[in-house]
Amino acid sequence: MEWLNAVIQGSLLGGLYALFAAGLSLIFGVMRLVNIAHGDLIVLAAYLGLTTSIALGVHPLLALVVAVPAMAAIGYGLQRGVLNQTLGDDILPPLLVTFGISVILQNGLLELYTADPRKMDAGALETASFAVGDLKLGVLPVLTFAVAVAVIGGLQWIFYRTALGRAFRATSDNQEIAQLMGLNKAHVYGLAMALALAVTAVAGIFLGIRTSFDPSIGGGRLIFGFEAVIIGGLGNLWGTLAGGVILGVAQTVGAKIDPGWQLLSGHIVFLLILAVRPNGLFPKVTG
Amino acid sequence: MSLQDLKVSRSSNAARIAGAIAVIVLVALVAAPWWAGRADMRLMSELFLYLALASLWNLMAGYAGLVSVGQQAYVGFGGYLLFALTIFSGVDPLLAVVAAGGLGALVSIPVAMLLFRLRGAYFAIGTWVMAEVFRLVFAQIGALGGGSGTSLPVGIVKSLAASRSGRESLSYWLALAAAAGTVVAVYLFLRSRKGLALTAIRDNELAARSLGIDVWRTKFIVYVVTAALTAMVGALIFLQKLRISPDAAFSVNDWTAFVIFIVVIGGIGTLEGPIIGTLVFFALRETMADLGTIYLLVLGLVAIVVMLKAPKGIWGFIQSRFDLQLFPLGYRVLGNLTRKDN
Repeated sequence: MEWLNAVIQGSLLGGLYALFAAGLSLIFGVMRLVNIAHGDLIVLAAYLGLTTSIALGVHPLLALVVAVPAMAAIGYGLQRGVLNQTLGDDILPPLLVTFGISVILQNGLLELYTADPRKMDAGALETASFAVGDLKLGVLPVLTFAVAVAVIGGLQWIFYRTALGRAFRATSDNQEIAQLMGLNKAHVYGLAMALALAVTAVAGIFLGIRTSFDPSIGGGRLIFGFEAVIIGGLGNLWGTLAGGVILGVAQTVGAKIDPGWQLLSGHIVFLLILAVRPNGLFPKVTG
Repeated sequence: MSLQDLKVSRSSNAARIAGAIAVIVLVALVAAPWWAGRADMRLMSELFLYLALASLWNLMAGYAGLVSVGQQAYVGFGGYLLFALTIFSGVDPLLAVVAAGGLGALVSIPVAMLLFRLRGAYFAIGTWVMAEVFRLVFAQIGALGGGSGTSLPVGIVKSLAASRSGRESLSYWLALAAAAGTVVAVYLFLRSRKGLALTAIRDNELAARSLGIDVWRTKFIVYVVTAALTAMVGALIFLQKLRISPDAAFSVNDWTAFVIFIVVIGGIGTLEGPIIGTLVFFALRETMADLGTIYLLVLGLVAIVVMLKAPKGIWGFIQSRFDLQLFPLGYRVLGNLTRKDN
C-alpha cells in the first residue's frame, strides 16, 4: 500500500515535471533549439506570479492571467531580439547565448528578490485532500496533473489542428520551402517561443505553490524537464508526459528506499533508459 | 613568379617573437616567490588554474565540438579523490593529484559511452546531469563529511613542505606547472596526427569522415584526456583551498560558467583565446568584484554580445585584422610577393 502510494504520488509529481518539459519539447520540435535558460525562465515565472499575487492581493492561480501573457511576450521578444540570430548549423551560439541568459536571469533575480526562499500562498488549496479508497490524494497535485494533461492536449491540438501548428510543422520540416510559401520564419519562431514560455508560466506558478523557490534552483528544474523530454522521446509531447511520470515515480520510490536517494534515483533511471533506449521510449524525431 | 619561389612555412616572425616572450615571462613567473607578495601569488595561482580549465574546455568545445556544461564533474571528482586518497590511504598529496587524473580518465570512459548517445545541445545538458550524479554520490559519502564537506587534515598539509612559505611556493609552482603544462599539452596534441584529425573535424565533420577519420573515436579520446587533466586541475584547486564540500566541488558557476565565459570572450577554437580570456576575466573580476551579482550580470551580457557580434572572440578579431598566429599551428605559403609585403 505504501509503495502504491509512492507510485501514485510520483505520477502526480510527474505532471509538474511534464509542465517543466513541455516548453522545452515544443521549441526543440519547432526550431531544434535547446534552451539552457529554460529552468531560470520557470523561476522567473514563479517570481512574476508571486509579485502579481502580492501586489494585486489575488490568489496565485489568478496570477496566471498576468503571468501567462507576460511570459509569452518575453518569449516573443527574446526569440526575435536575440535567439533568432543564433540559429544555424552551429550548435555553439544558441547554447552559449542561452547559457548567458541563464546567468543573467539568476543574478538579476538575486538582485531583485535576494536569495531568501519564497513561496506563494494558495490558502486551503495547499493542504486540501480527498480520499480514494485507502489512499489520500492532495487536491493540488491532482490539479497540477490535470493541468499538465490539459496543457499537453492543448499543445497537441495546436500542433496538428490549427493553422499556427501547420506553420510550426512546416518551418520545422523545411525552413526554405516554408519561407517560399509565405511564412515568416522569424515570426513563426517567435510565436513558438511565446507559446513555450506561456506554458513555462503555468509551470512556474504551480512550482511556486507546491514548494519554496529561490533564484538558484533553475538549473535543477531544467534538468528534470530535460530528463522527461529524453525519457519520453524527442518531439513527442505525450511521450514527454510519460517521461515526467517515470521520473516522478523514480524519485518518490527512491525517496521511499532512502530519503537521500530521491534525486539520485531519478537521474539513475534516466541514465539507464539512455543506455537501453538512446532515443527515448517513444521517439518521433531524431536529434 | 614560379612555383620554386613559393615556400610553405609553419612558423612566422610573430610566432617566433611570441615564443621568445613566452619563455621570458615563464622564467619571471617561476621566480615569482622571490618577487611577488603572498596575495599576488594566490591570485596568480587561481588565474593559472582557470587558464588550465579554460584551455581544456576550449579543446573540447572549440576543436572537438563537444560542448560540455558538466566539467565540474571532473573538477569535483579530482578534488574529492585528493581528499579520499590522502585521508584514507595515506597517499602522498602530489601522487594523489596524479592518481586523480588516472582515475578521472577511467571514470570518464563509461560516462562518455553513455553521453555520446546524445547529440549536440542535448549532450551539453547530459553532461550537467552527470555532474549532478557525481555531486549527489559524493554527498552520500559520510566519511568525507557528506553534504557539508571536510577539511584536509593538518598532518597531510604539513607533509607538502615544512614551512608556510615553502607550501605557498610549492602550490604556486604546481598551479603554474598545471597551466603551462596544459597549454603545451594541448598545443602538442593539436600538432600531432590526432590533432590534425581534430582540426579537420572542427572545420567540416562530413569532409573529415569522408577522408577516413574516425570521428567518434577522436572525440572519445579528447573527452577522456580532457577529463583526466580536468580531474588533476581539480585536485590542485582543492589542494589550495584545503577544504571541500559537494556544492563547492561541483559548482556549475565556478567551474563551468566562468570557464565558458573566459573561452568565449577570449576566442573559442584558438589556443591564444583562453589565455587572453583568462587575463580579461581576472582584470574584470579584480576591478568589479565589489559589485557582486552586478558583475555576473555584466559578464553574462558581455558573453552574449561577444557570441552574437564577434563569435570568434577578442583573439579572433585581432587575428582577422592582423593575420597573427602566436602558436605555429597552421601552414602559410610564402612567396616573393608576400615576402616583400612583410
